[in-house]
Amino acid sequence: MDTKLTQPAKKFNWFSLFWEGVTHMSILGKTLWIVVIIKLMVMFGILKPFFFPDFLNSKCQNDKDKAAYVIEQLIDRTNHTP
Amino acid sequence: MEILNASLVNWSRAQFAMTAAYHWLFVPLTLGLGVMMAIMETNYVRTGDEKWRKTAKFWQTIFGINFAIGVATGIILEFQFGTNWSNYSWFVGDIFGAPLAIEAIVAFFLEATFISIMFFGWNRVSKKAHLTATWLTILGATLSAYWILVANAWMQYPVGMNFNPDTVRNEMTDFWAVALSPVAVNKFFHAVLSGWGLGASFVVGVGSWYLLKKRHVDFALKSIKMGAAFGFISFILLAVTGDGSAYQVAQKQPMKLASMEGLYKGKTGAGMVAFGILNPNKQAYNDSIDPYYFKIELPKLLSLLGYRDINAFVPGINDIVDGGYTLPDGEKALSFDEKKERGQLAIQALANYRKAKQEGRDADAAEYKNTLQENYAYFGYGYLKTGQDSIPHVPLTFYSFHLMVIIGFYFILMFAIVWYFGHKKKMESAKWLQYIALWSIPLAYLAGQLGWIVAEVGRQPWTIQDVLPVQAAVSGLSTGNVITTFILFATLFTLLLVAEVTILVKQIKKGPEI
Repeated sequence: MDTKLTQPAKKFNWFSLFWEGVTHMSILGKTLWIVVIIKLMVMFGILKPFFFPDFLNSKCQNDKDKAAYVIEQLIDRTNHTP
Repeated sequence: MEILNASLVNWSRAQFAMTAAYHWLFVPLTLGLGVMMAIMETNYVRTGDEKWRKTAKFWQTIFGINFAIGVATGIILEFQFGTNWSNYSWFVGDIFGAPLAIEAIVAFFLEATFISIMFFGWNRVSKKAHLTATWLTILGATLSAYWILVANAWMQYPVGMNFNPDTVRNEMTDFWAVALSPVAVNKFFHAVLSGWGLGASFVVGVGSWYLLKKRHVDFALKSIKMGAAFGFISFILLAVTGDGSAYQVAQKQPMKLASMEGLYKGKTGAGMVAFGILNPNKQAYNDSIDPYYFKIELPKLLSLLGYRDINAFVPGINDIVDGGYTLPDGEKALSFDEKKERGQLAIQALANYRKAKQEGRDADAAEYKNTLQENYAYFGYGYLKTGQDSIPHVPLTFYSFHLMVIIGFYFILMFAIVWYFGHKKKMESAKWLQYIALWSIPLAYLAGQLGWIVAEVGRQPWTIQDVLPVQAAVSGLSTGNVITTFILFATLFTLLLVAEVTILVKQIKKGPEI
């Protein structure tokens, strides 16, 4: 008879991995996460919408217009290149 | 029509260069340190030695800091494609978009998935599962690098596409020609190895700092011994892939090679400049001024590197502009003027094609399309005025290349000495070598930046070699807008860099938990 007690193996769980990882993060880990979040907010919340709009989308309604705009640019740049 | 001026073009270039340079401060350490920490963790799993686990965990923390600060800095480059380089983006979108999309997917699924296990899973998954996650994380990062370099390699050597004048886009006709371009494959190994070399110099340098402080001596010696071996092998392989790069550049971008070497007049059995000082008075390719004040040349080496034949003819800048020399395939090289004529034919054919299509003249349109395709290979030359316009900045390319090579050979020597001293158990007492190793860390970063300067400045004036010069690629924004965003980016990246260095230094000072 096997008298040895064994603990059932803990099943891997993605949620608990993340939850325990996040809730037990060190100060360094938390600092880095804050840096990442602020960085992404600045990039996508400020820089992209206000300073880096898609140039062609701002000039053209659809792909056909974009093609027409670019072809005009490519042709005209031969006469106006610095 | 927007007014295009040199200032707009140059600020747009400067902005991209600045953001790419900052991005490349973070990426190589991720690539190099990632492999090293994975090797250390492998040692732990193989031996069960807790010291290896703690060593790996320390370097993983450093990896994590660099990764967190550096993550998404590459996205800034993609922002610029859409805003500052809209003609380029549209023109090449079908080609460029595919590798960038694959990169995003690979990065997301591999790195993001397994990095969480790597950081959170130390006591929650088995040793082998954790080790697998570590290796898969770095594999994801390395594969991401591959796809970015496929995109860049296509700019250097555009293949696998056909230009569609209806959509005004280059459309991919052969995915594998793009994905497995010999330029891409060589560039991948060279760039990744440069990251491995940087990672090794970082580990050896930081380890040396601990020895100087007489702290965590055992940990430091372990890290240094491994770092030295890894670094030595990496830099030897870098020399091999550097040779491969020279070969590819000679075949596909001869003007870049000529600029790298300050070679104006081509030679049979051309030597390679080991060391030289260019004459700053040489302003034009066709003036009679000697390009060098002084040089030491290794005979025949450039011919060997570029063409695998010590007696091969290596064209100089003058030969490439004037044409007439025999190409490796036996054809006669076209002159700049001949290429310009073909480029202008191609651009005019595009204009005529558009008009013919609008007017419903299908037969004429077909003829113009034919003319366009016949001359498309020289499309970009139609925008250039003189031969001088087709030449990159020779001094910047030359000095960047030679300084990079000198640093590379320096590291081979340094790692060999450190490896020897580590093997002979003399490293702990060799203070002079510890200082050298520590202060060599910035040199590894410098070499990486110089390599990219060679690659990108050497490709000028092209965004796509021979097909699209910078002046045709740039968006017609106001120069003021670009200057504003340049300053914004410079500020953001500098803050990130200061944050990284501050946090890294603090963590290094804290030391490993051994």
